[in-house]
Amino acid sequence: MNAPDLSWTALLPLLVALGTALTVLLADLWSEGPDRESLGWLGVVGLSVLGAVSLLLWNRHELTIAGTLALDRFAVFFDLFFAFSGVFALLLSMAFFEKQVQQVGEFYALLLFSLFGMLAIAATTDLITIFLSLEILSLAAYVLTGIRRDDPRATEGALKYFVVGAFATGFLLLGVACLYGATGTTLLAPLAEALRSGTSRALVLSGVAFLLVGFGFKLAAVPFHLWAPDAYEGAPTPVTAWMAVAVKAAALAGLLRVLSTALDPLAADWKPLVAGLAAVTMTVGNFLALGQTNVKRLLAYSSIAHAGYLLVGVAALESGGGSALLFHLVAYALMNLGAFAVVVALGERGEVLAGFEGVGFRYPLLGAAMSLFLLSLAGIPPLAGFAGKFYLFAAAVRADYVGLAVLGALNSVLSMYYYAGVLVRMYMREGEPEAEIGGPLAVTLWVMGLGTLLLGVFPAAFHRFAELCFSALG
Amino acid sequence: MPWLTAIVFSPLAGALVLGTLPRSNEDAIRRSAFVFSLVPLVLCLAVAWLFEPGRPDMQFSERAAWIPSFGISYHLGVDGLSLFLLLLTAFLTPLVVLASWSEIRTRVKEFHVLVLLLETGMLGTFLALDLFLFYVFWELMLVPMYLLIGVWGGPRRVYAAVKFVLYTMAGSLLMLVAILYLAWAQARAAGEPSFDLLRLYELALSPAEQRWLFAAFALAFAIKVPVFPLHTWLPDAHVEAPTGGSVILAGVLLKMGTYGLLRFALPLFPLASTEAAPYLALLGTVGIVYGALVAMVQPDLKKLVAYSSVSHLGFVVLGLCSFNAQATAGAVYQMLGHGLSTGALFLLVGVLYERRHTRQIADFGGLWKVVPVYASFLLVITLASVGLPGLNGFVGEFLILLGAFAEHRVLAVLATSGVVLGAAYMLWMYQRVAFGPISHPENRELRDLTKRELATLAPILLLCFALGVYPAPLLERMGPSIELHLTRMRDKVERTLPHAPRPATEHEPSSVGPS
Repeated sequence: MNAPDLSWTALLPLLVALGTALTVLLADLWSEGPDRESLGWLGVVGLSVLGAVSLLLWNRHELTIAGTLALDRFAVFFDLFFAFSGVFALLLSMAFFEKQVQQVGEFYALLLFSLFGMLAIAATTDLITIFLSLEILSLAAYVLTGIRRDDPRATEGALKYFVVGAFATGFLLLGVACLYGATGTTLLAPLAEALRSGTSRALVLSGVAFLLVGFGFKLAAVPFHLWAPDAYEGAPTPVTAWMAVAVKAAALAGLLRVLSTALDPLAADWKPLVAGLAAVTMTVGNFLALGQTNVKRLLAYSSIAHAGYLLVGVAALESGGGSALLFHLVAYALMNLGAFAVVVALGERGEVLAGFEGVGFRYPLLGAAMSLFLLSLAGIPPLAGFAGKFYLFAAAVRADYVGLAVLGALNSVLSMYYYAGVLVRMYMREGEPEAEIGGPLAVTLWVMGLGTLLLGVFPAAFHRFAELCFSALG
Repeated sequence: MPWLTAIVFSPLAGALVLGTLPRSNEDAIRRSAFVFSLVPLVLCLAVAWLFEPGRPDMQFSERAAWIPSFGISYHLGVDGLSLFLLLLTAFLTPLVVLASWSEIRTRVKEFHVLVLLLETGMLGTFLALDLFLFYVFWELMLVPMYLLIGVWGGPRRVYAAVKFVLYTMAGSLLMLVAILYLAWAQARAAGEPSFDLLRLYELALSPAEQRWLFAAFALAFAIKVPVFPLHTWLPDAHVEAPTGGSVILAGVLLKMGTYGLLRFALPLFPLASTEAAPYLALLGTVGIVYGALVAMVQPDLKKLVAYSSVSHLGFVVLGLCSFNAQATAGAVYQMLGHGLSTGALFLLVGVLYERRHTRQIADFGGLWKVVPVYASFLLVITLASVGLPGLNGFVGEFLILLGAFAEHRVLAVLATSGVVLGAAYMLWMYQRVAFGPISHPENRELRDLTKRELATLAPILLLCFALGVYPAPLLERMGPSIELHLTRMRDKVERTLPHAPRPATEHEPSSVGPS
């Protein structure tokens, strides 16, 4: 029996991430007490290496380990994406734990393990490996959510997340089983061929539906979103940011690869489903956000709404929706990491809306940064969030989903109401906010702020990059 | 020299510099903001000087690719339709800075940064010839205005600010979808998408498409104008905004709506706009009469001026929907005239409010004896607003009524009654404020206009006279562009009709479905 082919180049990003995670885990054994911050810096170094390595792999195209792992531009895009958001999630964590008495050593290692799972999801071309990677990522995420053990909200959030998440992966596995039963393979490309040559339609369609449900849970798409607000509220703020940005991106990466590689022959079947999911998700997400007084819950519902906008791109995949989705994903990461950084800066009080009272004039730069992120989330030009929505809605119009674009537009108006609510508190009410902005937070805020602005004013070059990366799936 | 880019971005540059100044020296901030706001004015005057009067097309055009794969470009240009609105904007902004000198005492730096930012948005909106660029500037105005109302406004400022933003956004986001649809229709017709206005003017659209797209565009602009019954945000926003904010709102922002109709909604979808014109004109006329009647019963000066805007902009809408040269020229002229006289009215109300901290008409009376200079300014502006011949308001209203009479006879007659009502509520207001005995002893000590206030109001007054006595230089610069606008619409209707073998004037059973 032949050993499966093995390309070390293709594995390199995964190995770097795993190596970083293990190093941090081991280093934790020798570090004590307040010295834990250096663990975070170790992670930052590792992820910077990951970013550099994936850039070097830009022109490589390989399929390895018996066709289950791909190295292509789509994978490289997500390597870069996770390295970037990982670095800033670490910076946020360091800033966050500086203020907390309780400091948990495994924290950084767990975050990096979840990152490893994310990289694997984006690169793998096999349904079983997608399932395994999703489990690696999820297990780490469950623990991270509940890491503040003495906080009942954290425990509740983590438990909910775990139970619902286990349920979701069950659905995913069921979907994989159905597709395997119908086609006899779990590899994406052969699966597409088998589907084209015709097979049991009922089995295949239920497989697709189960897969969508599984991914829908991870994405926090409505009606599979019920865990999200509790988990987001209970988790430490940097973890909330990490879940909102990276976990969502990982689920989308997996979904995109499966849909456009394996399930492309069934596009006519899943497109209306995804479009419906998008419509419901953005509308419900926005409506539920309207009455929130807890900033983390508000951002949680806002991220549900954004999952809806992103799914518009999935529904319009061939008409430019794919590249629009990748673009908006980055815009979304910039403004969310930024917004959560502001929440971290304001400390405990930043978690409730009242904590934002008077921020605008007492901390002008912080207020300006938060305004930038919120306006970008609402889709005001010329900011990144607007450019992303513009590309998404353009793709929807081109794919003849004009109704979806109109609904997205109306939803943006709705969302302006609650984002404006934060602005009202920052600029139109008096308060005694206290912010603490150390080096890591300042760097994060500047990078996200300038990124939000630049990506909005000059979107063309980056959109071209997103197109290049998405075309790797074609 | 890229004149127009310099005009659009000089206020932004000013805002950035202002942002770096120390906040403690408030007078230095005010002075620099004033100087920064003079830069675009000087540039605009230069452009007006170099503007070639006989040309109907775009002048000073600038164009650079922005998002090439979508056919989006940075495209600016000015013609007879936008030239004077540009001047109006650049003219009013320095006056706003002057008028806010003593009114704005808190967060002075932020206030002026926002005013300059707003100016960039306004100037850009009038100059953009690419729909994407236009949309960016259009939305860019929203945030500074929201903060101007919400931070420096009156007691119900938060409510007014949020209402203003949500109303405007609801309209404009639907317009964004319509813009996307247009660009996509262009891609179907010509192979590649384009957001370029001049190219999209040539795009052929089916009648059903035109109706839907026109509806989306017209809604966005009608909210901004505001056309009755979408006007309810306006009294709130005007009353709560600080004086400077009200001047910008009434002077420039409302014109964005009518300018949008003129530049985009009407000529892009001529068939649909011809069909919709009678209804839009009717709404305009309802606005004229309704605004006047409601203004009549207002006890609050600012509310009265706010409702008078609804009435005056009704005239503009009526003029634009009459599709002849006179009425359209009148409409553009009325935009300028209203910008000047209503801007001045808000300034004058602000002067009173700063002294007495009330805007109730009943709290004044007999001001003629106490503050004669103020009262004479108020008199001239009141008469200008009423439409007295020899002042700016007359020319526009007269041309509109003249042109509208040929097209919508009944509406023109009704609108004329609006002129009478307008005279009634303005003069009655003036009578209660300026004449009669001094019923409130506090008013005896009232100070007349200061030098700064004189410097703010005198330029407007001079322009009111100039525009009223000698409209020719303006009309001859607008004329060719207006002719082009009308022939473009007429040609396109004729080109569309042969494909749709049915009379455009009749109203068929509505078979309009989402296509």
